[in-house]
Amino acid sequence: MQVPDDLKYSKEHEWVRTKADGAVTVGITDYAQDAMGDIVFVELPRIGDSFAAGEPFCTLESVKAVSECYMPAGGKITAVNESLLDSPELVNQDPYGAGWLVEVELDDAAEPAALMIAAEYAQYLASLTE
Amino acid sequence: MESDKSALKQTPLYGIHLNHGARMVPFAGWIMPVQYSGILEEHKAVRTAAGLFDVSHMGEIWIEGTGALEVVQRLITNDAAGLSENQAMYSPMCYPDGGVVDDLLVYKTAPDRYLLVVNAGNLDKDLVWITERAGPAARITDRSEETAQIALQGPASLEILRHLTIAPLEQLKYYWFLEGKVNGVDCLISRTGYTGEDGFEIYAAPEKAAELWESLLEAGRNAGLKPAGLGARDTLRFEAGLLLYGNELSPEITPLEAGLKSFVKLEKHHFIGREALLKQQEQGPAKKLVGFEMLERGIPRSGYPLKDQSGEKIGWVSSGTFAPTLEKNLGLGFVSSGHAAPGTLIFVEIRGKLVQAQVIPRPFYRKHPCR
Repeated sequence: MQVPDDLKYSKEHEWVRTKADGAVTVGITDYAQDAMGDIVFVELPRIGDSFAAGEPFCTLESVKAVSECYMPAGGKITAVNESLLDSPELVNQDPYGAGWLVEVELDDAAEPAALMIAAEYAQYLASLTE
Repeated sequence: MESDKSALKQTPLYGIHLNHGARMVPFAGWIMPVQYSGILEEHKAVRTAAGLFDVSHMGEIWIEGTGALEVVQRLITNDAAGLSENQAMYSPMCYPDGGVVDDLLVYKTAPDRYLLVVNAGNLDKDLVWITERAGPAARITDRSEETAQIALQGPASLEILRHLTIAPLEQLKYYWFLEGKVNGVDCLISRTGYTGEDGFEIYAAPEKAAELWESLLEAGRNAGLKPAGLGARDTLRFEAGLLLYGNELSPEITPLEAGLKSFVKLEKHHFIGREALLKQQEQGPAKKLVGFEMLERGIPRSGYPLKDQSGEKIGWVSSGTFAPTLEKNLGLGFVSSGHAAPGTLIFVEIRGKLVQAQVIPRPFYRKHPCR
């Protein structure tokens, strides 16, 4: 299971990448996409929508099940990955890259600091599969 | 969650599933493989080559004795009187009010011997239902624990099974079966399935199931055979218009409402549920099972409400998914009869929003060429 070093992670298996301009990109982890199985439908939020940390902001559907994604940190949606509308499988194929979900302008730029770093998330995953 | 799993029953192939890297889930009291490599890949393998399914969780109830046929006839809505030895048929089994106890396969193995293959989740209930309605002239035996079942499904099935048996498979017609050896293992080989493809359901002793499974996988390697799980089994049956008990059939749904009229032989003089079904047939069912295609973005899921243009509830979704072969978001559902005609616009309520769909003919998928 891939857990890139340069990202922050939530217990709900979302990752956060902080970009140079302070905006963050959010997606789901390799573990999450694997657990969901083949993703066949993505419902994205609208640009401009605001969500508090922990609020559902995006719906992913696999062949069998519907899963919500939860905001790892509060903020406003500034961009969505529209390529997922036609190619939801990108979330499975490249969860940390082409399968990103949204870009967020954070309410509090310091909030991601409270999330897990890669080593902590890897440990968390290990505890789940014990 | 983990502690619950220990109470679940394991099929004789449990160890093999773990070795093949299957993802295991609870299903009807069993721990079963939901997928191996992925539902889409397994689904495609069955449509284009073949897939191998462990369906050992299914129940096997035998009805034997001089009164066997009479009991079968009383229990099922279809007519088993014309069934030949080595022939099988599909049938609902109903309550007096026409609701469905279970849907099952009836195999006639000898003049006074019938095998009923029932849904795993209904086995206990079926056994009580059947036993209470069998007279002294019929013996009811549950042999589910002594029976493993493997389904080999897909266009390459015949060619694969051919490597392992000298049985006359080519002459075996759809819904007929024979007893023969597969790689030296005594089996009941039935040309039936739940995928909409050609294929076989193979019954054997549990202690032989693992070697049977491995020999089939090996024989199918070059043909593209893949082990497949319950996930693909569900998407395959869904596309093929085959019903799932608990979704399209239940004690609250009659076979006529579910579109199974051809399996309800009202002219048969007596069976449980006949009077209620006869009356429903005369009046016309108030609700009907329909297939529908999403016209707007969204996947219908079991339990979502179905509505009309004005937002009035007209029914519910019984099954729905992305249909892998057709690459469309499709659903099955019950609607009040006025909305059942193909072409009718309906709406699925998905997470609070009304999403447009259209009633289309069933089944969604038919294999080519037609047999």
